[in-house]
Amino acid sequence: MQPSLMNYFPILVFLGIAGLIGAAFVIGSLLVARQNPYGEKLSAYECGFEPFGDARRKFDVRYYLVAILFIIFDVEVAFLFPWAVSLSHIGMLGFWSMMGFLAILVVGFIYEWRKGALDWE
Amino acid sequence: MATGFFATDFGILILTLLKSLALIVPLLIGVAYLTYAERKVLAAVQLRKGPNVTGPFGLWQPFADAIKMLFKETIIPDGSNRYLFLFAPVITFGLAIIAWAVIPVNDHWAIANINVGMLYLFAISSLGVYGVIIAGWASNSKFAFLGAMRSAAQMVSYEVSIGLVILSVLVCTGSLNLNAIVLAQRHIWFAIPLLPMLVVFFISGLAETNRAPFDLPEGESEIVAGFFVEYSAMSFALFFLGEYANMILMSGMTTILFLGGWLSPIPFVPFTWVPGPIWFILKVAVCLFVFLWVRATLPRFRYDQLMQLGWKVFLPLSLGWLVLTASVLEIFGWLPHA
Repeated sequence: MQPSLMNYFPILVFLGIAGLIGAAFVIGSLLVARQNPYGEKLSAYECGFEPFGDARRKFDVRYYLVAILFIIFDVEVAFLFPWAVSLSHIGMLGFWSMMGFLAILVVGFIYEWRKGALDWE
Repeated sequence: MATGFFATDFGILILTLLKSLALIVPLLIGVAYLTYAERKVLAAVQLRKGPNVTGPFGLWQPFADAIKMLFKETIIPDGSNRYLFLFAPVITFGLAIIAWAVIPVNDHWAIANINVGMLYLFAISSLGVYGVIIAGWASNSKFAFLGAMRSAAQMVSYEVSIGLVILSVLVCTGSLNLNAIVLAQRHIWFAIPLLPMLVVFFISGLAETNRAPFDLPEGESEIVAGFFVEYSAMSFALFFLGEYANMILMSGMTTILFLGGWLSPIPFVPFTWVPGPIWFILKVAVCLFVFLWVRATLPRFRYDQLMQLGWKVFLPLSLGWLVLTASVLEIFGWLPHA
C-alpha cells in the first residue's frame, strides 16, 4: 500500500467497527427479543386513529428552497477551504480575488433576502 | 514503526484494530454515562433526585436501560421500507462514531492523523442528515415524514454557518490538520480572538445535533417524536446513542477549534504536569455540561425563528467575521506561514 493511503487505512477499520457494532445491536435485538407482531401493532402511529392515506405525499416547496440555498452556500464554503489554508502563499491578488467573489455572493444574498426567500411564515 | 510482528500487514491491521477499540470502548461508555449525566443534571436543576435506585447513586442505570432496550420487540411498521428502516439508525450511529477517527486527544494521539482532518470532519457531519431523511422516509408515517423534513432543513441551514466558522479558524492556522490547529493555539486559544465565532459555533452545534432549544424535529407536543416515532427497541436506542455521540463530537470539535485541545489552560509547572488527555476530557465535559444546562433552562424555538436565526443572523455574522479575520491578518502580516 502507498504510504499516503496508509494514513486513511485506520478510517476504513473504524468504518468497519462502527458498522459492525450498529448491525450487531439491531440484529441482536431482533434475535434475542420475543417478536409478537399483529396488524394493530404494525400500523403507522397516528394518535390512535386508523391511519388514512399514504405518508409519501406532497410537501411544502419551501424545503426545496432551503435545500437550494444550502447548496449555493455549501459549495461556496467548500470553495473557500483551499483559499483559507493557502492565504499566506497567494498574496494580495489571491486575497482580493476572493473578496470580489464574496462581494458578488453578498449581492445575491441581499437579493434573496429582499425577495423574501429567507422568510418562513 | 514497530518491528517484528507489528510490521507485517496483518500485524498493522491488528494494531489498528486495538487502537480503534481503545478509543471506541471509552467513547461508548462515555455516551452511556452522558445519558446518566443528563438525567442527573436535569434532576438537579428541577430539584429532583434523578436515577438513584440501580446501584450506588444509580450508576448502573445506563446498563439497565441498554439491557431493557435489547429485550424489547423490534416493530417494523406495515408499508415501511424494511431494510432502509433498519439501516437508518446504523447510519446515524456509525457516522457519529467514525468522525472520532481523526480527533487528537493528545499530541499525535489520533487514530488517523490525516492532513485534511478538518475537511473530513466537515464531510462526515454533513452526511448526518442522511440517517434522518432515510428514517423519516422509510417509516411511511406522517409524523416521521414531517419530522424528517424539518430536521433536514434545520441541519443544512446550520451546516453553512458551521462551515464559515471553521473557515475563520483555518485562516488563523493555515492548516487542515487537527493536530496543527491545536498547536497553533499554544500562545492564545482561539476562544479569545474569535469569541463571537465560538458562540456561533456552539449554538449551531446545538441546532446541528437537534438539541434543545432547537429540538423541533422531535417536538413532542406537535409531532410526537419526529423522524424516529416508529422506532422501537435497539434501533431506537441507536438513534439515541447517535444523538449523544454527536453531542460529544460537537464538544470535541469546540475544544479542538477554540479551547486549545489537550493544551493546559494555565501554562505553569503544576498544571503542565497533568497529561493532555485529562485536559481534553475536562474541556469536553465542560462543553457537554453547557449542552445539558441549556436544555434545562431554555424554552423551545419556533420554527420560523429557527430558520431566521440561521439564515439572517448567523450566516451574515460568520461571513462578515471571516472577511474581517482574513483582512486583519492580511493587513498586519500575521498570516501563519505553514
